Amino acid sequence: MLPFRKSRGVGRLITAGALGDPLFQWFSTVVAFGVIGLLVVITVILSLAASESIRAFGLGFLTGAVWNPVPPLVFGSLPFVYGTLVTSALALLFGVPISIGIAIFLSELSPPWLRIPLTYVVELLAAVPSVVYGLWGIFVLGPVMRASVEPVVQGIFGFLPIFQGNPIGTDKFTAGVILAIMIIPTISAVSREALLAVPENQREAALSLGATRWETTRLAVLRYARAGIFGAVILGLGRAVGETMAVTMTIGNRNAISVSLFDQGQTIASWIANNFLNATDPLELSALIELGLVLMLMSLVINIFARLMLGRVLRRGEGSA
Amino acid sequence: MNLGAFFCVVIALIPLGSLLFEATVRGIRSISPGFFALTTANGGIGNAIQGTLILIGLTAAIALPVGILTGIYLAEYGKNRVGAAIRFFVDVMTQIPSIVVGIFAFSLLLELGAIGIVSSRLVFSTTTGVIALSTIMIPFVARTSEEALRLVPISTRESALALGIPRYRAILRVVLPSASSAVITGALLGIARVGGETAPLLMTCLGSGYWFEGLDQPCESLPHTIYVFALGPDSALNQAAWGASLILVLMMLGIAIASRVVIRLRAGTR
Amino acid sequence: MERLHRASGPRRTWIVAAVVAVVAILVAIAALAGLFNPSPVQKTSLLGSGATFPYPLITKWSSAYFNETGGRVQVNYQGIGSGAGIQAITAKTVDFAGSDAPLNPSERAAAPGLLHIPETIGAVTAAYNVASLSSGLNLTGHVLGEIFLGKITTWNHANISALNPGVSLPSSTITVVHRSDSSGTTFVWTSYLRLENPGWDPRLVGKSINWPVGIGASANAGVAGKILTTPDSIGYVELAYTVQNSMKVADVRNPVGNFISPTLASVAAAAASAPALPSPDGDWNNVTILNAAGATSYPIASFTYLLVYKQLNTVGTSMTQAKAQALVDFLWWGVHDPGGQQYSAGLVYPPLPATVVTLDEQAIRSITFNGQTLHS
Repeated sequence: MLPFRKSRGVGRLITAGALGDPLFQWFSTVVAFGVIGLLVVITVILSLAASESIRAFGLGFLTGAVWNPVPPLVFGSLPFVYGTLVTSALALLFGVPISIGIAIFLSELSPPWLRIPLTYVVELLAAVPSVVYGLWGIFVLGPVMRASVEPVVQGIFGFLPIFQGNPIGTDKFTAGVILAIMIIPTISAVSREALLAVPENQREAALSLGATRWETTRLAVLRYARAGIFGAVILGLGRAVGETMAVTMTIGNRNAISVSLFDQGQTIASWIANNFLNATDPLELSALIELGLVLMLMSLVINIFARLMLGRVLRRGEGSA
Repeated sequence: MNLGAFFCVVIALIPLGSLLFEATVRGIRSISPGFFALTTANGGIGNAIQGTLILIGLTAAIALPVGILTGIYLAEYGKNRVGAAIRFFVDVMTQIPSIVVGIFAFSLLLELGAIGIVSSRLVFSTTTGVIALSTIMIPFVARTSEEALRLVPISTRESALALGIPRYRAILRVVLPSASSAVITGALLGIARVGGETAPLLMTCLGSGYWFEGLDQPCESLPHTIYVFALGPDSALNQAAWGASLILVLMMLGIAIASRVVIRLRAGTR
Repeated sequence: MERLHRASGPRRTWIVAAVVAVVAILVAIAALAGLFNPSPVQKTSLLGSGATFPYPLITKWSSAYFNETGGRVQVNYQGIGSGAGIQAITAKTVDFAGSDAPLNPSERAAAPGLLHIPETIGAVTAAYNVASLSSGLNLTGHVLGEIFLGKITTWNHANISALNPGVSLPSSTITVVHRSDSSGTTFVWTSYLRLENPGWDPRLVGKSINWPVGIGASANAGVAGKILTTPDSIGYVELAYTVQNSMKVADVRNPVGNFISPTLASVAAAAASAPALPSPDGDWNNVTILNAAGATSYPIASFTYLLVYKQLNTVGTSMTQAKAQALVDFLWWGVHDPGGQQYSAGLVYPPLPATVVTLDEQAIRSITFNGQTLHS
């Protein structure tokens, strides 16, 4: 196939690039701007729809603890923000150590023949849809939590307020554990890249000073990759905050702030999923969309923060025209 | 420490193993020819599979060209401040939670219906679902395509241009094919991601117990069926949810494996 | 240059990609063309959404009517809760809606021209999952109120054992299950609890309330499912679901003093004492058959309504004359026997009393399209 073809007139101008180049550049630019236009449309539509609620409640929306759909209509997002923060914190608490362990194993310790299959398998965790995790949470993890794990935890730590109450397996604790499982692939993959980006001379220098394998990893590699790992954790947090289905199927759907992890709760995403079609009053629909904007902003801030951390680590690719 | 790190791997694999095990054991019991031939109204998932295929087919048809073109723009023409801004905003779009995309699509169609441009009845339809899923897939494919194109060495571009072919031809006939495996992988991953989404479909496609009725009618989908079947009291439907999950996970796995195969094919013939 | 084009690597990849694309397109075309389900008949699709209270019955109607019309009319009813039904019909995103809660004044103002068409009667049961107890635990509205307010927290509480002498009650904690979505069943249940509990906060009556305790689940099916998967739980579920899934339900004391088991007969007895009903386009806010008269009447029964616009041409451009006719024909079929009502008893919904059928006929006859009535 030859790049030049016999052509006439406009066709020739296009194939010769005089017309084709600017045309193609213009076309791809228009499409790219169109995609941003879509973002503008999203922002405009959601902001307009939420404006009624924003005007009605102002900043009180963020601090209000009551969601009351009957007159007097009062909508506050605090129980949902609380639920989101608690379940995400749990997800990080359980997910981060495991993810970093996996990242260390895959980048530093694993024998080569095990590395690639194991990487694929960990990635498989990310391929499972959220609703399937929810299904597993209802019928497998929930009963295990109720029958075994939560009573044991309550037995040991029951003096703490966060482990009091009646554990039934459908609660913030279970939701947090499932979220932890779901964010492990994200955090471990990005952490692994951060660890791989550590120059070999760092390890060599530590080893030459007589450090053991573990000391090398801890002092030379982990410390160097600190920013990247932190960025990975924040990315995982961003993912946890937006997770909907697995959470709504395991958290118990209770719009109240309670201290105990064994109590039911509600996150922003699960409340919107549950209640969005139910809002009979236009103000409630507006409030739900405002809640969606709050979630979007949370996610955005978290991810910008993560990318700042990861900027140096993830920038790669040699070919730029 | 070796043991500790390995232990972490094992802990992470336990839920995955349990999930795949349960999905297989519980799901296999539902699998029968009838399972695929019957609609969800009769305990099967045929219309759900059909709905998911149509949704991801239409979404891919829209999102792949738009996303790849945007990726080309970002990689080839986006080296300036404008390109950096667009890249930033495309990144922002990839981070929008899928439930928010769902309420956007719903609100958009509701607004259009209220103004009178379309019928309000279109709010709950396949079209709205495709709009939502495309909004998720386009920025994802744009970023993966851009990353893929960036991996192509400068030398490839330079040698093409040195031979005198126009830039756009260099991109389409030389650079894009070189990056094809990564671009295809990104496309496949985007399709897998969108195929498993439930939240945006709750308020757009709604659901249906019938075979696909049209782009202006609600439609069923595999993730939505799993959600509905899982929550009900009927143990036969709970089991059908496991069967549907097995099918869905197999589809996701199939796509993940396909993308690996594509990379291997590409790498193997280099 | 030629080598770049002629190498087998990229070509093979493109072939793979092309094959995948072709398969995908074929699947999509096949699906769209309806090859999976060939049908030469011109179909009319009607969409309804709302109450899960009558969902088993309306779903049965959908498939039966589909067969009756030879596949010409497909009624798709999505059970997403009464509140969602009201939202949808107000926004005209559906053709009809279902709700067990009649429209309150503000909802009526937001959607003028809606008719209430009671299509069946059902009952709200107190369903529980306690391994050591059988069905038929005696409970009163007062005790149920205390349970759902979180004042009674264990199964062997004195108030419960007083009603059930001779029954050994476990000491386990009660887990309350309620609705998380906007529900007509919640409206009926909380209305009843308010009748039986003088201290019941009026703000805790409605489709969507802030429950003091308990787990939330979506739809009647979700509550039933949650009860079945949560030991020592109790929740409120429409009767049909508890029968279909062999759930344990309480015998609730009625105003006469008898503990009544929720059955087809006891709910029919409650329906028989139906009060005078308003006109279909009137205000139904005060219609109730709670604590119905009669020694054998189950105290927590309720009508459930289909909400339809009287002037169907105002619904939007997608509501054509043909669709309006199909909707009216479906409604007429639904409230009659032979017709929808012949399936009611089998699904544990009492057939409509004759007076209600007459009222529904009046309602359906008043539905117009561009001024023309659709059913004479």
